[in-house]
Amino acid sequence: MDFFLQLLVSGIVVGSIYALVALGFVLIYKATGVINFAQGEFLMVGAYVCLGMVTTLHIPFWIAFFLTMAVTVVLGLIIERVALRPMIGEPIISIIMLTIGLSSVLKCGVQLVWGPNNRVYPQIFSQVPVHIGPVVVSQVYLWSVGFAFLFLLLFTLFFRFSPSGIAMRAVADDQQAALSMGISVKKVFAMAWCIAFLVAGVGGIFLGNINGVNISLGFFGLKVFPAVILGGLDSIPGAILGGLIIGVLEALTGGYLDPVVGGGTAEVAPFVVLVIILMIKPYGFFGTEEIEKV
Amino acid sequence: MSAHICGDYKTSYKEDMVLFQTTFSKFWIIAFIVALYALPPLMGNYVLYVGNLICIAVIGALGLNILTGFTGQISLGHGAFIGIGAYASAYLTMKMGFPFIVALPCSGVVTALFGMIFGIPSLRLKGLYLAIATLAAQFIIEYLMVHMEFITNGVLGMMVDSPSIFGFSFDTDLKYFYLTVTLAILATMYAKNIVRTRPGRAFIAIRDRYISAEVMGVNLFKYKLMAFGISSFLAGIAGSLWAHYVTIITPEHFTIGVSIEYLAMIIIGGLGHVIGSIYGAIFMVLLPEVLRLISEMLSGHFPMIVNQFAALKEGIFGVIIIGFLVYEPDGLAHRWQMIKAYWKLWPFSY
Repeated sequence: MDFFLQLLVSGIVVGSIYALVALGFVLIYKATGVINFAQGEFLMVGAYVCLGMVTTLHIPFWIAFFLTMAVTVVLGLIIERVALRPMIGEPIISIIMLTIGLSSVLKCGVQLVWGPNNRVYPQIFSQVPVHIGPVVVSQVYLWSVGFAFLFLLLFTLFFRFSPSGIAMRAVADDQQAALSMGISVKKVFAMAWCIAFLVAGVGGIFLGNINGVNISLGFFGLKVFPAVILGGLDSIPGAILGGLIIGVLEALTGGYLDPVVGGGTAEVAPFVVLVIILMIKPYGFFGTEEIEKV
Repeated sequence: MSAHICGDYKTSYKEDMVLFQTTFSKFWIIAFIVALYALPPLMGNYVLYVGNLICIAVIGALGLNILTGFTGQISLGHGAFIGIGAYASAYLTMKMGFPFIVALPCSGVVTALFGMIFGIPSLRLKGLYLAIATLAAQFIIEYLMVHMEFITNGVLGMMVDSPSIFGFSFDTDLKYFYLTVTLAILATMYAKNIVRTRPGRAFIAIRDRYISAEVMGVNLFKYKLMAFGISSFLAGIAGSLWAHYVTIITPEHFTIGVSIEYLAMIIIGGLGHVIGSIYGAIFMVLLPEVLRLISEMLSGHFPMIVNQFAALKEGIFGVIIIGFLVYEPDGLAHRWQMIKAYWKLWPFSY
């Protein structure tokens, strides 16, 4: 039972980071109709930028944390303006390939600046574990979950109540109607990419604190696909729920199935779930069903 | 007075569908094929090595172009299908003792079966969802390659012999080139022919507007599965050839990166152009080789370039893809047509 709870906790921690990355992913899809294969690289860039500030420039972690957020917003703006803006109206495959190309470029940039080796954050959170009932949790886990949920809450409120958030939802719903109401669709697109980069970057910082930082962090982005498909591609609550479920599923299969069948099940289990979901309920829990009429 | 016919002047559908539109192009294509067979003995091993890789890539890219370029079904799992072909061929020749000439088509058929299984969801899923489903196929197949050790030997990989057909062993780059180039030409002819017959027109109809296609009597399920089958058959052939060429295969050879590379080939070459697959394959095989040459030349002046080579290669790859998508979305095939059109009436182009 303790083992189960332990797995559950680590699953929720990883799952909350999935949820953050998935939030950005869903946001881009909702607002701009683009599937972003570079989401994992956004996370990686966030992790590296913060690491660089902390280790090379010796900026205190919390200042670096907020500076990283600023950097990611700027990067998001640049990417949207340079690469994505010309692609409006192009076929899906072009846009998919474009984001894949983008991920290559980001990977290249990170490797050129920081090299290919594994890096670790200096110790920032106290290593004294916290006991919650029978479960032992390290502090960095608690911070990650706390921040992940804080951000998820902030953005949920942002979409619900702030004028910009409402504008974004309007654009997601119907671009033409939004345009005629005086909403700048371009601004909304730019904002979507900024927010997506920002939340992924924050996820990256915490993931980096837990696991260390290396180039394969970008792979994390591909594992967000099961989460968003499970929740529904265009649903923000769906992204959060899907992220948590996939995180827990991964931890549980890793803990229980790996010793039986040999390693690697945690990597593949989400994708098996993905295929099953696509077969029986392609629009996930909360996704909007597309009904096509002749 | 007889009028001089110029430009695109055709009076029947039959004329519109002939393989060689002009005697001029027929002449040059035949000359090119003769050169492909005549010149290799004069080439060095390195050129032949690159040539082999190109021919194998051409076969794989043709397969993906039929599926993605002509039928419009995005596949992110092509690398895994090539892997299935490679493992099938390796298993059939090394563990079951089949001769290569049987194993080659068999590996194509096995891959086609797998491709059709993963193609079944395509009836319900479109666009993005299908892309994600094939992405899942890629990861699941990769996992199986690592973990089905009784077939694949897991991460250790499999040793494969150079193939021989009726006692003739293709054990040098030169001999192997004749094998790959012959199959690449056959595959090109096959692709060229299939797109001008009913299945090909059905594929294009499905790509352009599947509802209209269905209304016009195209059986969506049948033709989508067919596209998946043909595409993975060619992927299987490419995989088998690749396995017998490099003689050792491991799951690392068939990752998502390979799938992306093949997608890049058909996008750079031109989606929905048979000739585009060839341009794209040549481009994507030559790119790393050219980059390597450049970095070797520059390494005297900038020693750091060697250490950063892998990263730079990836970055340049990304920049090229983005550049093509933004500035030349129809690929090299379209650019080539523009160049031809420009010279046709030069210097009086108006």
